[in-house]
Amino acid sequence: MKYVDEFRDRAVAAALTERIKKTAQRPWTIMEVCGGQTHAIVRFGLDSLLPKNLELVHGPGCPVCVTSVSLIDQAVCLASAPGVIFCSFGDMLRVPGSHGDLFGVKAADGDVRIIYSPLDALELARKNPDREVVCFAVGFETTAPAWAMAVAQAKQSGITNFSLLIAHVLVPPAMEAILSSPQNRIQGFLAAGHVCTVMGYEEYEAIAQKYRVPIVVTGFEPLDVLEGVAMLVSQLEEGRVKVENQYARSVSREGNRQARSIVSEVFEPAPRTWRGIGEIPSSGLRLKSTYSDYDAELKFHRELAQLAEGKEDPECQSGLVLQGLLKPMDCSAFGVRCTPERPLGAPMVSSEGACAAYYRYRRNVKGEG
Amino acid sequence: MTSNKAFEPTCPLPHSTKNIIQLAHGGGGRLMQELIQDVFVRAFHNPMLAPLHDGATWPVEKGTLAFTTDSYVVRPLFFPGGDIGSLAVNGTINDLAMCGAKPLYLSAGFILEEGLSMEVLQRVVNSMAEAARTAGVPIVTGDTKVVDRGKGDGIFINTSGVGLVPSGVRVLPTLIQPGDAILVSGDLGSHGVAVLSVREGLTFDGHVESDTTPLHHVVADLIDSGIDIHCLRDLTRGGLASVLNELAAAAKIGMTVDETAIPVNEPVRGACELLGLDPLYVANEGRFVAMVPAPQAEAALAVMRRHKAGNQSAHIGIVTDSDPLMVVLRTVVGTHRVLDLLSGEQLPRIC
Repeated sequence: MKYVDEFRDRAVAAALTERIKKTAQRPWTIMEVCGGQTHAIVRFGLDSLLPKNLELVHGPGCPVCVTSVSLIDQAVCLASAPGVIFCSFGDMLRVPGSHGDLFGVKAADGDVRIIYSPLDALELARKNPDREVVCFAVGFETTAPAWAMAVAQAKQSGITNFSLLIAHVLVPPAMEAILSSPQNRIQGFLAAGHVCTVMGYEEYEAIAQKYRVPIVVTGFEPLDVLEGVAMLVSQLEEGRVKVENQYARSVSREGNRQARSIVSEVFEPAPRTWRGIGEIPSSGLRLKSTYSDYDAELKFHRELAQLAEGKEDPECQSGLVLQGLLKPMDCSAFGVRCTPERPLGAPMVSSEGACAAYYRYRRNVKGEG
Repeated sequence: MTSNKAFEPTCPLPHSTKNIIQLAHGGGGRLMQELIQDVFVRAFHNPMLAPLHDGATWPVEKGTLAFTTDSYVVRPLFFPGGDIGSLAVNGTINDLAMCGAKPLYLSAGFILEEGLSMEVLQRVVNSMAEAARTAGVPIVTGDTKVVDRGKGDGIFINTSGVGLVPSGVRVLPTLIQPGDAILVSGDLGSHGVAVLSVREGLTFDGHVESDTTPLHHVVADLIDSGIDIHCLRDLTRGGLASVLNELAAAAKIGMTVDETAIPVNEPVRGACELLGLDPLYVANEGRFVAMVPAPQAEAALAVMRRHKAGNQSAHIGIVTDSDPLMVVLRTVVGTHRVLDLLSGEQLPRIC
């Protein structure tokens, strides 16, 4: 398949692996920010190709995993409310809140719909004027433009039975939170290609210089990841600190101007609580006051006011996993008391969760990499 | 009582319910008899069905019988390349074929929802009749029930089937042995993608049609060619990966399959890449895996490729005695990873 097979070529992968092995003379710890990259690494066994002195650490870039328990509880509450059509991307339905997940609501006769595009949800509102369509707006900067577009179109069309429960998170503040931590071990970042497709990488340049950490904007195919690692190792070995762009076929320095414009038209930065990590200032998005009629938290504040503070399972160490401080398989609950069927936390159920990736792809394979 | 309405010496006629299923169609009376005669008997007609007795009877030969049942609840009822009717016939025929059996007869049980359009029912029944005729496996007995509106999803179908296993043929998961070749009868994932495209209103580059088809002729040809088939399994829900895991657990062996050898057509790959789905877990309705002794792999493939349903057959891996119960995938870049069972349905990714 064009644009896929070229980036999964075994011979090129071998050549890149050789290049990395020759370049990496010292031990380095690298974080891939994005959950999509985590899954590519584990699905294609890329970490098994790397020399032992390179440690790949998985970052907080799975929007499903970092959505707080309180927000999941709010989603479950609204999805259970009479007259509501609750729309969500499929990934979110299995994520546990304090008292169950959205699949449970669906099974108990709640009207929960999996959507593929925010504009489909808006169409549902248009076709069901007597129902309230509430959407779980989840994701990093990648999905924010589409939700912003849906809200802007709703306002233009005078559609009032449409609102967003916003769980949007931003990558750069999370990177800064990791780099500011006294426990930080990260010496270089693979930045998330899809996020940078929208946002560009100008704001990463300041982070690179402030924390003296090289960053390579990287794609998601096996050769993308290997080339990203090769570029990052070159910088680390040569003592250079730059933001480089491995994913040039999709990413430009300024990003997608139209997408950025609609995001800043509709949303503004806000503090956000990350599951397992806590609140990070300006790491989320909320609707600007001109669009606040479309904010589900305001619209349904009476229904949501009765909710208690969400409680995570005390045994779940997702916070450490999401900050790269713990490998999934080093968690004592992994695969024993925490499995995809009975998860303690979101990283074990999300399709981009690090724990799920290890559970699914990396259990006791004796085959050689 | 006074009324301003002009007197009319007629009774208002009720809305016609002739074109929809009513509760009375399952009530045992005249309407039910009409439905059976006008829809089912007319479409399925054959001498064994004609007496309309409580069951079909036939003389049995000496040998081993195979018996299977399956229920069909697919939504939407019609999708590119097939419908619930053809699926209900082919699916049960294939379950018999996977036992090494020659399918003989099918039953058809219908659970219809009040309000179902008669035209929709007729299309489904005609499709079943056509599939049964094409496969050469008659529907010889059946049943109809009607449930209240809202208590069904239009139409549910159960088909059961009886077949005869030829003498000397044993096809079982427990017969799988280390060293066996793992063969797949064709490209994967088209049924799941075809159904998804209609269900979710998604359009992809490249038209994808369901692969629903009867497989008993391919299997019979393998048996007649003297291939020592150890195990057969059709790749329905959960796709190839789930079936391989089921078989590895049943036979207590390991398997290694090569990602580059597994046939997946471009439109299906494209749709799966776009949605973040793995085609190895996507449903099929006309594909199977066969475990045969490695020296017979090429001969088996040659037989399978003679059939339209098997023209993309491929040798995808080997049964091992290392890593028991585990299916290992050799990836496109040459590394190894577990090919595990999914915890539930695959869900489209956020980004």
